[in-house]
Amino acid sequence: MEQKTLSVSAIKDGTVIDHISAGHALKIVRLLDLASHKQVVTIGLNLPSGSLGVKDIIKVAGKELSEEEADRVAMFAPQGTVNIIKDFQVVKKFNTRLPSLITHIIVCPNPKCITNHEAIETKFKTIGNNGQLKLQCHYCEKIFLQSDILEYKNN
Amino acid sequence: MASLAGRSIVSIKDLSKEEILSVLGKADRLKINPEPRLLEGMVLGSCFFEPSTRTRLSFETAMSKLGGKVVGFADGAVTSAKKGETMWDSMRIIGQYVDVIAMRHPLEGAARRASEATNKPVLNGGDGANQHPTQTLLDLFTIRECQGRIDGLDIALVGDLKYGRTTHSLAQALTHFNVRLHFVAPDSLQMPDYICEELKNAGVEFHIYDKMEDVINEVDIFYLTRIQGERFPDQMEYERIKNVFRLKKEMLSDVRNNLKIMHPLPRVNELDEKIDDTSHAYYFEEAQNGLFVRQALIASVLGKI
Ligand SMILES: [Zn+2]
Repeated sequence: MEQKTLSVSAIKDGTVIDHISAGHALKIVRLLDLASHKQVVTIGLNLPSGSLGVKDIIKVAGKELSEEEADRVAMFAPQGTVNIIKDFQVVKKFNTRLPSLITHIIVCPNPKCITNHEAIETKFKTIGNNGQLKLQCHYCEKIFLQSDILEYKNN
Repeated sequence: MASLAGRSIVSIKDLSKEEILSVLGKADRLKINPEPRLLEGMVLGSCFFEPSTRTRLSFETAMSKLGGKVVGFADGAVTSAKKGETMWDSMRIIGQYVDVIAMRHPLEGAARRASEATNKPVLNGGDGANQHPTQTLLDLFTIRECQGRIDGLDIALVGDLKYGRTTHSLAQALTHFNVRLHFVAPDSLQMPDYICEELKNAGVEFHIYDKMEDVINEVDIFYLTRIQGERFPDQMEYERIKNVFRLKKEMLSDVRNNLKIMHPLPRVNELDEKIDDTSHAYYFEEAQNGLFVRQALIASVLGKI
């Protein structure tokens, strides 16, 4: 635990999103629009992890991530943990929970889907299948693996 | 069982087994006892954003035979869609004029979207390669009619099983019943994995073949579909398969007496016209049954039966 926290600099107050699936930290940065956050955001990519092999990590100074926001990032961090830090101490810790319905974020990969032709808020049902996340479009009803999703929308 | 009144039917999965059986039962009754005044004073909006003469005529005739009126368009490309109006706006406005909507659209998910645009029931007559639930219902109705049951049957689905939405929806609907399925297709056009997985999860027995002869003598229903040339990058391969996947009268010499051949039509050359006069041909009855099933569905969502 000690060594892991050392690999990315510690923060005084804020949120650490840990155990993000490797390669997905930047998607979370985009999703939560952390690039326009006024304080320090530290991103660690491909850090060694006992449970995941490699993982990404994000530390956001001066922001307490809500559980609702945590659920939205769950798609990129199905085993993610969120640590709320106050005065260098973890005061609250919870796991991300994948919502049963993901709205807005995903662009449907099916070019013939109505959502790619009219301004529609997309909706995807999450189908958790032995650790492999599948997503079903509410409109065209096609089922995709997460790796099939090529594009995500900003807020 | 929830009432179908006021509900949109976009996907066959919108209906439970009880609801499917209830629609089939109502179609049975309407086939025997026509109700020419049941929907007097009601209007069907027939919204075909893509032409499909047979499906459209079947919906419109169904409404007319129940005493209702029909308004609409047969080809969306020449109406508002061309002026840049969204489908959402069109359906919202049309929903204010009519009591029920039948629609077809080239884009997948269009019917689901339309059902969110209006509070009138929307019946999906095909959204791209996605769903066509009235076809599935008329197929189930036809199977039950010609065999007297669905449970216990051996049913072969034959042809383009990879891209054919008709066979996908039928296979999914048959998970409600105790049937054995037999998939006959060239390797490159076999039933997709996600359907096979659904069948496994539902405990449905299925078998895979690449020749019609391997299974035709052992089934009660032989459901044949068209193989389209544009699916093949290699035209020589298509020519070869086209000739392998051709049902000829000679192939029926040892089949079960009760075998019925179904086909969603139109056919090209996969179904020999010499079969039309045999006791096994049932595809024209199948097409006619669309009328009764659509009557039952329209009247159900309008809360009239
Ligand atoms: Zn879609």
